[in-house]
Amino acid sequence: MAFFTVEKRLLPSRRLNIAAPIVSTLVALVISAVPIYVGGVNPLYGYGELLYGALGDKLAITETFVLFAPLLLCGLAVALAFTCKFWNIGAEGQLYSGGLFASFFAVYATSIPSVIAIPAMLAVGFLGGAGWAAIPAILKVKLKVDEVVTTLLGNWIMTYAVEALLFGPWKNPATGWPESPVISDTTKFPILIAGSRFHFGIILALLVAVVFYIIVRKTKWGFELLGIGGNQTASYAAGINVPRQIILAAIVSGGIAGLAGVGQVAGIQFHMTTDLSPGYGYTGVIIAMVGALNPIGVVLASFLLAVVVQGTQAMHRATGVPWALAEGMQGIILLCLLVGIFFTKYRLKQGRRRS
Amino acid sequence: MTLRMATPLIYGTVGETFSERAGILNLGIEGMMLMGASIGFLVGFTTGDLWLGVAAAALTGLVLGLVMAFLTVSIGAQQHVAGLGLTIACSGFSFYIYRVSVANVGGVAPHVEPFATIPIPYLSQIPIIGEVLFNQHALAYIGLILVPVSAFVLFRTRFGLSLRAVGENPNAAATAGIDVFKMRYISLIIAGVLSAIGGAWLSLAQSGMFLPGLTQGRGWVCIALVVFANWMPYRVLGGAILFGGIDAVQLSLQGVGWNIPYQLFLMLPYVLTIVALVAVSRRARAPAALLLSYKRED
Repeated sequence: MAFFTVEKRLLPSRRLNIAAPIVSTLVALVISAVPIYVGGVNPLYGYGELLYGALGDKLAITETFVLFAPLLLCGLAVALAFTCKFWNIGAEGQLYSGGLFASFFAVYATSIPSVIAIPAMLAVGFLGGAGWAAIPAILKVKLKVDEVVTTLLGNWIMTYAVEALLFGPWKNPATGWPESPVISDTTKFPILIAGSRFHFGIILALLVAVVFYIIVRKTKWGFELLGIGGNQTASYAAGINVPRQIILAAIVSGGIAGLAGVGQVAGIQFHMTTDLSPGYGYTGVIIAMVGALNPIGVVLASFLLAVVVQGTQAMHRATGVPWALAEGMQGIILLCLLVGIFFTKYRLKQGRRRS
Repeated sequence: MTLRMATPLIYGTVGETFSERAGILNLGIEGMMLMGASIGFLVGFTTGDLWLGVAAAALTGLVLGLVMAFLTVSIGAQQHVAGLGLTIACSGFSFYIYRVSVANVGGVAPHVEPFATIPIPYLSQIPIIGEVLFNQHALAYIGLILVPVSAFVLFRTRFGLSLRAVGENPNAAATAGIDVFKMRYISLIIAGVLSAIGGAWLSLAQSGMFLPGLTQGRGWVCIALVVFANWMPYRVLGGAILFGGIDAVQLSLQGVGWNIPYQLFLMLPYVLTIVALVAVSRRARAPAALLLSYKRED
């Protein structure tokens, strides 16, 4: 075909595996500089604003962490499902579901002390997300319905359902806005850094990451999930109950995404709203892939994307570059990453193919 | 009205059928539709020539198809992820390009005079069906013709046979001398061009503007429709009409004034898509090599 032949690398190189995501991200930033320039802004100035807006001062950093929490949770959720090749693209809907059910509970929990109310709310939110994920999971396992489509369409269905509720029977009578009544004070997440929005949910997200690490690396279940993801047929042969594990993984994945929703309700909005998430669920897919499905990678990737999202918002405010660029950049990062992954597995050699 | 709503679905689904028949699940379709809508609108708006807009959209789709092909065929990336990444990137850029190119003129979003419908003389005077079938936009007519044409190409030409072979068993096809990479590239180009035209229809014929969320997830519905149609073009037409019809019904129900939140109606197409998917899952006969990547040296 061309002047290069593609050759599989025999020994995957550790250095390359770490370098690839970094180089890919840098390449993505370079590529994204083009639309920024076309938009009339000097990319270097723009990226400077991006970095400053994400990390430049206390407010910026705490806001970046505020974004980090739901992104991390969604990234973990997706990574868990992807580990056993259940393509859960529905984290967005599961997030909303978790937030919805949690706020049902939280609005009325006024007489329950925080010590009980908050864990209970977390549990309810987890179940909300888990339940929503159960539907596509069962459809996939029992009826072989492709989960990409069902989880994706599920997102639309859930967000419309939330809208229907919040514009209708559950509208806030006090303000008339399409949001739920305010949640009980006992369920609000405490702010941990004065003068900021850095809330308990951020620590919670990190805790979930630790639990995730333990589950996937140290438990039998995690090991089985890895097996299913690697070779499903062999897993069946090894006696693993593949359908059950996949459903469980999907449900837990949905639950984790639901926790992201709870965090947004209890830590930021204090109501159930129609705009809990500007697409964290979808970004979670990118994070999971960039992080190579492993917990440490996901933490780092979530932080990277939090910087990108927070930074592009700041860049938008400072330079007028339209906000839609952020979404585009995320996509480019993912695509560059895919190319990067290719280079970790294959090398290009000069010369024609010798058959 | 139904055919109106079904037209983008027809284009998108036929395109997707080609790519899936060759073994590639193209999740970039939603992004391709959006870019087609955006670029098609921008070109149509700035030049005043709507057909030029359609052509520009087609070209955009071609490029995007190439990108998708590069990622999934040449690089061998996981198809789900590549498609999603492409869609996310296109979602952002489609709106970004629009925003950068046009400014709101006095608070009114830029719009074009949408394609007019073209009534076919005499035939459109037939009561009821005349209005439905013969008083449509040019692109809708082309869409209708697309169905038998693609069926012919897929099942009665050598090219179609090679394409399907690649989707069923690429190794055997390669042994028979078929260039698997080339076939998959071509199928993705077709998918890209058609989806982008479907998107352009939305901005140039249906609404005359480009708005965020213009596609309302129709690209994803197309993915489901391919399964629903069991990967066969004539069934695609049936599926698209069915869903176009549901969309149309949902729109008119909103005006009826029942005391039901309109969002429940908006949900309806998606719920029914899932129901339809479940209903056909038993007898779905996917191309055997769908989603499996093909590597030359394996």
